[in-house]
Amino acid sequence: MENTKKIDVPVMAEVFAKGERPEYLFWVGCAGAFDDRYKKVARAFTKILTHFSTSYAVLGTEETCTGDPARRAGNEMLYQMQALTNIETFKNYEVKKILTICPHCFNIFKNDYPDLGGNYEVIHYTQFLQDLVKSGKLKMDSKVFNDKKITFHDPCYLGRANSEYDAPRDVLNAIPSTKVEMHRNKSFALCCGAGGGQMFKEAEPGTKEIFIERTEEAIETGANIIATSCPFCMTMVTDGLKYKNKEEEIFNLDIAELVATSLDL
Amino acid sequence: MTKQILFIVCLIATLGVFSFTIFRLYQLFKLTKKFPIGNYGKRFGLMLEVAIGQTKIFRKPVIGFVHALVFWGFLVILIGSIEMIVDGLFGIEKSLAFLGMAYNIIFASGDVFALIILIAIILFLGRRAFLNIKRFSGIEMTHKSHLDAYIALTIILLLMVSLLGMNTFYVVSVNQAEIKGLYPVSTYLAGLIGNGEQYSCYYEFFWWMHILLIFFFANMLPYSKHFHVFLSVPNVFLSRLDPLGKLPNMDSITQEIKSMMNPETAFAAPTGEVAPPERFGVKDVEDVTWKNYFDSLSCTQCGRCTSVCPANITGKKLSPRKVMMDLRYRMNEKGPQLVKNGKDYTDNKSLLKDCISVEEIWACTTCNACAQECPININHPTLIVEMRRYLVMEESAAPGGLNSIFTNIENNGAPWQFSAQDRLLWTNELYIKG
Repeated sequence: MENTKKIDVPVMAEVFAKGERPEYLFWVGCAGAFDDRYKKVARAFTKILTHFSTSYAVLGTEETCTGDPARRAGNEMLYQMQALTNIETFKNYEVKKILTICPHCFNIFKNDYPDLGGNYEVIHYTQFLQDLVKSGKLKMDSKVFNDKKITFHDPCYLGRANSEYDAPRDVLNAIPSTKVEMHRNKSFALCCGAGGGQMFKEAEPGTKEIFIERTEEAIETGANIIATSCPFCMTMVTDGLKYKNKEEEIFNLDIAELVATSLDL
Repeated sequence: MTKQILFIVCLIATLGVFSFTIFRLYQLFKLTKKFPIGNYGKRFGLMLEVAIGQTKIFRKPVIGFVHALVFWGFLVILIGSIEMIVDGLFGIEKSLAFLGMAYNIIFASGDVFALIILIAIILFLGRRAFLNIKRFSGIEMTHKSHLDAYIALTIILLLMVSLLGMNTFYVVSVNQAEIKGLYPVSTYLAGLIGNGEQYSCYYEFFWWMHILLIFFFANMLPYSKHFHVFLSVPNVFLSRLDPLGKLPNMDSITQEIKSMMNPETAFAAPTGEVAPPERFGVKDVEDVTWKNYFDSLSCTQCGRCTSVCPANITGKKLSPRKVMMDLRYRMNEKGPQLVKNGKDYTDNKSLLKDCISVEEIWACTTCNACAQECPININHPTLIVEMRRYLVMEESAAPGGLNSIFTNIENNGAPWQFSAQDRLLWTNELYIKG
């Protein structure tokens, strides 16, 4: 390949053995590691990290579920086993700052781990990108999305759960394109329907699926791109677009992908 | 003098009934679990903002503004009610008049607010009766709930009528030079009547009507959904201060896991300090925290929570308002029996299953829209998760899909069946331009 460079993602155990102490632990999450669609998001964000020469490392095979889906589904025992294991791993690698792409991982590290003795500076990737925009390091002059209309779907665990509504919007606003809000947005945003363990079970009987209700709302805005920043939301919105037969005209992309594409990485 | 004695008798009766109600509630609160509070400074600020400032009610700006007017009006009028009690007790008139200019301002705004509240209540009544407001319906909104609302609104309406009547006939019957306080609305109304001392009996009538309505209302509220009038401000003060995304930790489990992980303590003889086994999660009223119960008593069934619940919007059975109403109902049913017969009493029913179905509990996405929307910071999702904790850890009764992810997380550290060894496959053949 011409003009391309292979990225060797730094793994904590190896980096640490060399005596280096990376600034961030990049927590990939189960979706980033295993979900075919979300792997692309993990890759896009890794490109961004590489582009900005960020000092980071991933845990690789030592990473294990944060325990979030178990916890919200009531399995506190399993959650705490996972959490205490992770806290032990973090201790071994002297982890101080954690970067996550999944808002559920972000929330549980930030709000729930401290009760078990795990205190870290937890940063969602949209916040990381927001800082780069604010400091002027992240400039996206590319015209790729110039004629596109983008709407953003707030993930509950970044938005209501942690009152972070600006970071994703500040990043999107730095991408030359038209932005449009859904009727229910920010603290009023409607859930995609996947949180609290719903992702992994059949929905209870009702008149409609939540993800269809939300996708319809996104379609109503006339956007060509529905931006998400959560693996669960992405699964739901992408399914919603397929259900509405709109997957050819409207694209569901993660903010990390929009940024990586704008930077032509 | 007769008036004074009569008043004191009424006041003592009111306080007597009220004390009984409070004592009964205190006994019920004693059945519940602890919920530590602290950080009073921050709480005070939150109370000023959310309760006094009514910030969250403005999430529905139009009707929210009408509610805010009623609330602020109540605060001003409350000062007048305190004066009436002082007057009644000591057989004097307008005992706070020494406040001078402040008195004029307070009573002028009270008089204007009485009219505003009167109009607002007529609006609320009309809206409830003739407009089809979706959040006023739902399976939990029984005939009794609606009746409760109509009664409370009617009493408030009568309170305002009597207040305006009292002020008007005060202006009518007292020599203009001797009028204490300013009454813009009532002075206008008085102008339509005329003046003369012969009207003072009407003043007495409305005075008694107003104070007796207050006494009656105060004692009725604790048994009505409008207990809200007393409890909403304290409920905001006692709010959870954590971000909505945080769930309370179960310390008993932490202890258990830590001893399992540490082989030295795992097989050590019991130290004798081990807490008696408690029930994991919430099954019935004695498992909830006192704050959960406080939430349920403060709820006025406005339905803002339910109207934003994604599960409810899409036709599922879950309604966060119903969760709160069921808790209050069940405490009323079982609580007094527990007080009477001791904590081992059972009626073979429980909050979870007999009031709130398992189907409702599993329909929640923990999106926190309900908690975000509640104007008085009631927190429904933590209670819902507590009931899930009971189902999963006491009964192993999670839906099939969730049982699979539990197994996967235990075996391979991810909700899906992928080997931990494959966790780096996503990094293969990753290139960056440039």
